[in-house]
Amino acid sequence: MSNGRELLRLNKMPHIWCPGCGNGIITSQVLRAIQELEWDQDKTVIVSGIGCSSRAPGYLDFSTLHTTHGRALAFATGLKYANPELKVIVLTGDGDSAAIGGNHLIHACRRNIDITTIVFNNSIYGMTSGQYSPLTPTGSLATTAPYGNIDRTFDLSQLAVAAGATYVARTTTYHTNQLRDFIKKGMQNKGFSVIEAVTHCPTYFGRRNRMGGAVEMLNWQKDHAVPIRAAERLSEEELADKFIIGEFHNKPEPEYCERYAQLIANTKGQE
Amino acid sequence: MKKPVLMQGNEACVHGALAAGIGFYAGYPITPSTEIAELLAEEMPKVGGYFIQMEDEISSMAATIGASLAGKKAMTATSGPGFSLKQENLGFAVMAEVPCVVVNVQRSGPSTGLPTSPAQGDVMQARWGSHGDHATIALSPYSVRESFDVTVKAFNLAEKYRTPVIILLDEIVGHMRERIDIPEPGTYEVLERPKTDLSPQEYQPFDAPVDGIVPLAPFGTGYRFHITGLTHDRTGFPSTKPAEVDYKIRRLTSKIEMNTEDIVEWETYNCDDADTIIVAYGGTARSAQATMELAREKGLKVGLFRPVTIWPFPEKALIDIAKDKRVIVAEMNLGQVALEVERILKQDIEKVNKIDGEPITPQEILDQIEGV
Repeated sequence: MSNGRELLRLNKMPHIWCPGCGNGIITSQVLRAIQELEWDQDKTVIVSGIGCSSRAPGYLDFSTLHTTHGRALAFATGLKYANPELKVIVLTGDGDSAAIGGNHLIHACRRNIDITTIVFNNSIYGMTSGQYSPLTPTGSLATTAPYGNIDRTFDLSQLAVAAGATYVARTTTYHTNQLRDFIKKGMQNKGFSVIEAVTHCPTYFGRRNRMGGAVEMLNWQKDHAVPIRAAERLSEEELADKFIIGEFHNKPEPEYCERYAQLIANTKGQE
Repeated sequence: MKKPVLMQGNEACVHGALAAGIGFYAGYPITPSTEIAELLAEEMPKVGGYFIQMEDEISSMAATIGASLAGKKAMTATSGPGFSLKQENLGFAVMAEVPCVVVNVQRSGPSTGLPTSPAQGDVMQARWGSHGDHATIALSPYSVRESFDVTVKAFNLAEKYRTPVIILLDEIVGHMRERIDIPEPGTYEVLERPKTDLSPQEYQPFDAPVDGIVPLAPFGTGYRFHITGLTHDRTGFPSTKPAEVDYKIRRLTSKIEMNTEDIVEWETYNCDDADTIIVAYGGTARSAQATMELAREKGLKVGLFRPVTIWPFPEKALIDIAKDKRVIVAEMNLGQVALEVERILKQDIEKVNKIDGEPITPQEILDQIEGV
């Protein structure tokens, strides 16, 4: 297998991400997943919203659509629905998907439209230099939470499960092989898939919260991510400062475009 | 000709969309536009088209753009509050030059306003509702039949100029029932999306002349390019270079303004001998027509100028017809088109305005003419 350079727009490099940013790790696993599943470069559309992670599609040699803040899934829904032959991947961030785009996220889950969404969860608004998001842990510091964040957080993966996504998994930029495996499973799921990739932002989250640089933050992920099975054996106290990784949900349900195709067939049958 | 049918302006809009080859509709329920969504929900599957009710107005606009990028002729419809919500992604369609049609069946505002009462208060919002410099195409039909024609034309203009086109219906025309003949296919022009003759290697989605466009290649057809709401260069990739930014933003306006004569449509009635010209559009033009007839019966030389295209405004035609004559602009707002008429004619004009949820009556315009 090639090293994947043909899937990149190398003339658009260097990218805008800070040294040590985890976005490249996630993006590379998305590309490897596309490579391993042999998705057609001409039939794959990569859609994003606004934020650091949403700049990824500009570097990827597919049909790429960089939309408005939070709306990537709504644009992607129109695209996929209007041409179900297209393979659609959405790259989004924690602010993009859980705050301003939260409504679109839950409804895309509910419809179970065949789109694979990868949430780059770096716990912060990086593009605007460090404000708290709905996934910033309570108590953490941000430029708009200088005394500590008093907001409660979403568990985005559980939210996606509850809203009806048919494949939901979470892992981290430390667990790259698992991340690629989850992305591939999401892409293979005929329905709406959410892969929450916990990533590190040394510049705006790590520095302010005294977590060190990229290496220290990756080690933090290793130490604080607990697989589902291991978590079952731990007490609530032991889990207090941990987060759970693994596959939360993998259950096929009727896919939205297929249901509409059936509706068209039935309607025409009645004519 | 087919058998005459009785229908609403909203329904005629749907039939116009179907005649134009609509392939995708996304919407959200809102009075007084909902009949458009309801009828399309019924009709779209029959023609293999795609109908979706989205979670809100914002996503309806977004999905419409997404579908257009997939190669479908796409439309959404709404009313005042929904039109406000659509502005964000309407701006995206302007910037990314994505053809689509946005219907706004105007009701009284601001805010929730009077949901089932007519108004024409969104004329300036149609022009400037989304942030940043850009031009707009907006059409306002005055009858049920014209709702059909204008919708076909809106799709044609959207494809021709790679831009969103706004249909400013109002509650009067949207809900009014008239007997119309739906024209046979072939008796009206339907423009398909222009196709590029460049290879994927040569293709640049924004490498357009100052007065034109590059055909938009649908996603999934071997043309791999980037679409962004960031200011971009001719290749479509973000750019902050002043010369490229300048070219892009000026072209958003020039590609429409330099083609104004191709775009604009208007009608005149009894203007040749008239010393007084009423300017009215949409539902209000119906009252103005009646005013003109009442005035003529009294021997008053009154004519009517009725723009069908509100943006860009039929500027030359208005000057030819109304310059240095007495001009009365009647509209269901506090004087939005009046501002444009004043700007164009550079003279004092008179206004008949109403914003109480009731239509302007013929007598009210006549009173203005007679100085009552």
